[in-house]
Amino acid sequence: MVGDDFGFYIDPQRCIGCRACVGACAECGTHKGRPMIHLDEIDRLVSTQTTPTVCMHCEDPICAQVCPSDAIKRSEDGVVHSSQKPRCIGCQNCELSCPFGVPIVFSGLEQMMKCDLCYDRTSEGHKPMCATVCPSQALLFVPKHQISAMRQNQPLNEFTIGTLKVRTRTALMVPDPGLPLHLDAALLMVGGGF
Amino acid sequence: MAMPPNRLDELSRAFGPHLNLAPPGGWEANPEPDKLVKTHCCFCGQQCGIQLKVKDNQVIGFEPWEDFPFNQGKLCPKGVKRYLQGNHPDRLKHALMRTEQGFAEVEPEPALDRVVDEIQSIQGRYGKDAFAVLSGVSLTNEKSYLAGKFARLGLQTKNLDYNGRLCMVSAGAGNKKAFGIDRAANSWADIEGAEVIWVTGANVAECAPITTDYIWRARDRGAKLIVCDPRITPLARTADLMLPLKPGSDCALTNGILHLLHKWDLIDWEFVNQHTSGFEETLEAVKDCTPEWTSNLTGLPIAAIEQAARMWGEAKTSFLLHARGIEHQSKGVENVSSCINMVLATGRIGKPNCGYATITGQGNGQGGREHGHKCDQLPGNRDIENPEHRKYICEVWGCTDEELPRKGLTAQEIMNAIHAGEIKGLLCLCFNPLVSLPDTEFTREALSKLEFFVVLDFFLSETAQHADVVLPAALHEEDDGTSTSTEGRVIRIRKAVDPPGDARPDWEILVDIASRLGRGKYFDHFTSPEAIFNELRVASKGGTADYFGITYAKIEQNMGVFWPCPDLDHPGTPRLFEDKVFFTPDKKAHFVPTVWRPPMEVVDAEYPVWLTTGRTVFHYLSGTQTRRIGFLVEQCPHPYLEIHPRLAELHGIAEGDAVEITSRRGALVLPAKVVRTIRPDTVFIPYHWPGALSANRLTARHLDPVSKIPEYKVSAVRIQKTTPDRFSPELAELQRMAFEARTNQPVLPEQVY
Repeated sequence: MVGDDFGFYIDPQRCIGCRACVGACAECGTHKGRPMIHLDEIDRLVSTQTTPTVCMHCEDPICAQVCPSDAIKRSEDGVVHSSQKPRCIGCQNCELSCPFGVPIVFSGLEQMMKCDLCYDRTSEGHKPMCATVCPSQALLFVPKHQISAMRQNQPLNEFTIGTLKVRTRTALMVPDPGLPLHLDAALLMVGGGF
Repeated sequence: MAMPPNRLDELSRAFGPHLNLAPPGGWEANPEPDKLVKTHCCFCGQQCGIQLKVKDNQVIGFEPWEDFPFNQGKLCPKGVKRYLQGNHPDRLKHALMRTEQGFAEVEPEPALDRVVDEIQSIQGRYGKDAFAVLSGVSLTNEKSYLAGKFARLGLQTKNLDYNGRLCMVSAGAGNKKAFGIDRAANSWADIEGAEVIWVTGANVAECAPITTDYIWRARDRGAKLIVCDPRITPLARTADLMLPLKPGSDCALTNGILHLLHKWDLIDWEFVNQHTSGFEETLEAVKDCTPEWTSNLTGLPIAAIEQAARMWGEAKTSFLLHARGIEHQSKGVENVSSCINMVLATGRIGKPNCGYATITGQGNGQGGREHGHKCDQLPGNRDIENPEHRKYICEVWGCTDEELPRKGLTAQEIMNAIHAGEIKGLLCLCFNPLVSLPDTEFTREALSKLEFFVVLDFFLSETAQHADVVLPAALHEEDDGTSTSTEGRVIRIRKAVDPPGDARPDWEILVDIASRLGRGKYFDHFTSPEAIFNELRVASKGGTADYFGITYAKIEQNMGVFWPCPDLDHPGTPRLFEDKVFFTPDKKAHFVPTVWRPPMEVVDAEYPVWLTTGRTVFHYLSGTQTRRIGFLVEQCPHPYLEIHPRLAELHGIAEGDAVEITSRRGALVLPAKVVRTIRPDTVFIPYHWPGALSANRLTARHLDPVSKIPEYKVSAVRIQKTTPDRFSPELAELQRMAFEARTNQPVLPEQVY
């Protein structure tokens, strides 16, 4: 069981794009060299902004809803797990339907694997590996009651995607409107830099 | 004659870089470790705590060390994958000797005999100082201390210097001028409580990633962040104030700030009057540094300069951090002094949440620069030309003053002297000057002139390819010792595994060479790293960098000890200057006037674009280690040219295009990375690669007159779009390696690129 009082928070504003999370995720003994985290450069021309995607752990996971073989289970603590190997037919419905783009069906394995909040670690009171190593703590795993005191921006865990309303265990930190966003060095210089 | 004995492709087939992609036995093996070894990351000055998983004398992975106070389990990607430098196919396990046919593996004894014969021969013919030592500060404190003693009493040469000359020497000189001591003034804990954080010339997110979290924790409490950098780095993206100043204009900005602090009377006069000297002369030096003047030199708007001065001046608490951006300049020391002037004028030092530090770059950049590893220094950060300091060290070492050489040449000056034929032999450890020194082709010419060249290393670095003899040395995780982090915290490096084959820790090799040179009486008692440390403690006693009260046991009990720690009961000193007493002769902090002057090279009609160089988060220094780790190569396989779209458009350059970059030293062709996050008059190249891809083909051997640091951060270049066939074969090979890292398939299919 992962403690119900612990929350996972993703704050892309802090992400430095270092991919320590990706590298550390791949070290896990349960998925051996395959990272479950996606780390995207948004548009390097425009910005250094990068964003990590780990599973949002939906309350009513769409991946599980669309699974034809009922291979995807959510445990009582709100963690959505990788597909159960004996049931998974590798059809990729989950991959195609997840609104956050999380599950990966690995060819060769023919099984969907995804972030399970490092169940082996979190069920024993540790943090998930990515949130442990993340240098900027853009990935944060803390008791839920601490988040408002720790951060100036707010967690968001209700999303409307098309007509679908999705509530998630993991929260995204809404960008802090008080912080400026510097994108173009030329605009910060006299005469546009020439 | 020291050209590589084989063709480069033959050398790389035999010695790499190849990629280590997976732990020993492959990912599927997934064995239970025998033990977890608490040690530190080798890949930067933050020295993050990490636990290495060990099974059957192999490092098989890592586990975060959450109890270690500095990083609390956090690691950057280099830390996460550092374990893959072990069990590496490129690892040197036997001594190599140059032959007509290339490098031949030889037994350790004949290799050492050859080294000693050549040293004696060269020194016999040309004098002791004709044989030089270049060392490095990825070495532990013990090895750094020993390298200094080995050169002075083993080889009896004055010409010893180290790769910290390319790293922290400007900061060290600036700190000694102002404070009489060369260390971060605070532990990083004081960052968290600061109201304003001023980061200048430091790409914190990529070069000191864990420090990012300290800064964000301060921002969570309301701190304002000011970043000065020609590039909008990942941390700068959301800074409260971003100042993308012109390369080389740093002390124009800080002088301008001091001018405004004085004009607006945001000066802590009580502190300045009671605890400092030199303020009047310093004010005189900035009296004409008006916002208009500052704006003209830096290219920054007047309003931004005034806002920065207001934010800094009105704060109650603050922390100023700088790094190589301001230090890698021909006025590196002045840039440092001008930052310190800003700190001293506001009196915000030596108290909680008020701090100042350089972010040390190399693994043991702090400890490695304190104990006689530099050409002008003796242990305890003593001065080799100071009679009292010499006397003390002669007593500790049991030698006479005549036996102890005087000040020698600095690193670049040693290379210059090799090129000029004045130095004939070189022993190099923990240093890859062919990649890391400026003006690559000059360095290559110099190495080819050596009569004898011996290298100690664990991989065959590009520099080692030029050696006559290569002695296999131990990795960080194959030996015990201590290092000192950027905070000034002395920590324990623990041995996890034995070195493979004939590889041995550098200290054992140096002790052996010294003994064979008949100098064993100074070295034979070094039978363990701890024995060396215990002599270092005594040798540092009474110096500013006083380690006497630090023992291995005390470090382990306290998760590190901050020096100075003068006696065994002393708890160490996380925050310096709390009593407002400084380490200068008059016990005051010294303002140092900094009159602005331009960089040694400025842009002109022929070379109209500024070039600046630096690191990426995925690589460490000259890349000898990180260019061999699959995951890191996958993320960042090769260098590139960062260029603003406005400049790119002028030259018809689009993303990925081949661009030839030319300076007065040389040229290279790189793919363009078109980004709006860099000044339009400036381009950037990361420096971790060798040969045709080396950023240092372009940089100049211009040195700061005091610190002798090269001006890596400011060069003038011209750029021209060219055709993809001009890309070097090395670039194609690195693209193939990135594909291999991503897919585990060694052959690159045509259609991928």
